[in-house]
Amino acid sequence: MKTIYVDNAATTSVSKSVLDAMIPFYKELFGNPSSLYSIGTDAKRAVDQARVDVASCLGADTNEIFFTSGGSESDNWAIKGVMHELIKKGKKHIITSKFEHHAVLHTLESLEKEGFEVTYLDVHENGIVKPEELEKAIREDTGLVTIMYANNEIGTIQPISEIGKICKSHGVLFHTDAVQAIGHIKIDVKKENIDLLSLSAHKFHGPKGVGALYVRRGVKLLNLIDGGAQEFGHRAGTENVAGIVGLSVAMKEASSNLEGKNKRITAMRDRIINEFLKIDRSILNGDQIHRLPGNVNICFRGIEGESLLLMLNGKGICASSGSACTSGSLDPSHVLLAIGLAHEVAHGSLRISLGDENTEEEVDYIIKVLPEIIARLRDMSPLWDKIVKEEGMAEN
Amino acid sequence: MAYSEKVMDHFTNPRNVGEIPDASGIGEVGNPKCGDIMRMYIKVEDDKIVDVKFKTFGCGAAIATSSMATELIKGKTLEEALKLTNKAVMEALDGLPPVKVHCSVLAEQAIKAAISDYYKRQGLDPKLFVSTACDCHEGHEHCSCESCKI
Repeated sequence: MKTIYVDNAATTSVSKSVLDAMIPFYKELFGNPSSLYSIGTDAKRAVDQARVDVASCLGADTNEIFFTSGGSESDNWAIKGVMHELIKKGKKHIITSKFEHHAVLHTLESLEKEGFEVTYLDVHENGIVKPEELEKAIREDTGLVTIMYANNEIGTIQPISEIGKICKSHGVLFHTDAVQAIGHIKIDVKKENIDLLSLSAHKFHGPKGVGALYVRRGVKLLNLIDGGAQEFGHRAGTENVAGIVGLSVAMKEASSNLEGKNKRITAMRDRIINEFLKIDRSILNGDQIHRLPGNVNICFRGIEGESLLLMLNGKGICASSGSACTSGSLDPSHVLLAIGLAHEVAHGSLRISLGDENTEEEVDYIIKVLPEIIARLRDMSPLWDKIVKEEGMAEN
Repeated sequence: MAYSEKVMDHFTNPRNVGEIPDASGIGEVGNPKCGDIMRMYIKVEDDKIVDVKFKTFGCGAAIATSSMATELIKGKTLEEALKLTNKAVMEALDGLPPVKVHCSVLAEQAIKAAISDYYKRQGLDPKLFVSTACDCHEGHEHCSCESCKI
């Protein structure tokens, strides 16, 4: 059976050109970039070039890019690093949204324990923060606003430029977790007034375990990892040279022909959404327009997400869900609850995230297989019986 | 988290799915908020469970434990069926991941709920026959057993 991978928001395959670019740094160019001999200086040069390339993809300056171990480290460093500096000036308030990634939310929880105060903005039914509500939440002691560029589960794109403008006018720093956006949306940190931005290579066909943090020049942040002069003395540890090279190659590839790729992926996405919405009592989660090109997130009432995923897996389809059972906790996804879904509805969610490698034929197959699986699960669901009894049969 | 082959078999080809229109007892446990509901139908003749069917809303383990539990009580006397523990269901499935143990508890409770309903319909006090306690001690909000309610 052929595997159809449609979980590109979870991770992506490493592209061949990325892997080819990485291999030499595991082989002949294995040297430590801090060394003085040529296999070390060659490695150093590769890291420097990667920094130039990543900076140019973001419209940043080279010395504003810091390589990290990935999105979670970048988020932790940005938020803790900035606030631990700003507290010296009496700033202890942070504004965020209710549906950030846990790398942001749990970091903020940890800061709350230290005495920092956090405002969690509503994301409303469409999964989008309202800039006017953000502006109202700014206080005298607000130091940082952290709002994700695009949501990892429902793919909704936030009004980043507007938020950037508001933050700038109030003299508040603005961090965005752009892990899901990079490689899908053209980002210019200067034009959008972004002060800090987190990204992760494996979301756009780069390797796992490597990411970057953009920090606008002049923004002070305390180190998270001490112990060496790497990354301009701000992030210690021998550089993950192959990973950094892989990240930069993947980022350049992802940034090229973005429009053409997005057009094709968006068309496939909309075809899936339109077909899935034909299924009785299905609900699209998140705004239909302000949405990542590859993101489909739909709830099917009366069924539970994990069993849906297992059945899809049985048909060779790799997808994801926000049900409690897939997270190992009792509650369904905080993202789906944040947009106002009832628990029992949120349990029946399915996320399909398309990428460059997906084809129309795969979409055909998914569209054919899914309704059969939903029907089968609903047929054995006592909850579905109740829903039909209470609300009546579908009109069509 | 990986399921055993037996769990996958019972999930993929669940036994005894459906309803019994003239059931002698029906039991339903679980909570849609928590993501699982099990409903069991039993047909009792001469104190023996001659037929059993289920409908389940829930994860892979919830469906597999429902299926296995129905297999284990089919053809058994009520007394025997009441002795079925969640542990026995788990063992029959070659184990469950720790976070899924409560599914087996639900299956045990669903059977007990169906048998209690049967006794009620007979005009008997089910408490005389069915103990509702389970030994999961997990404090799951899923679980409606006495030890978990605390």
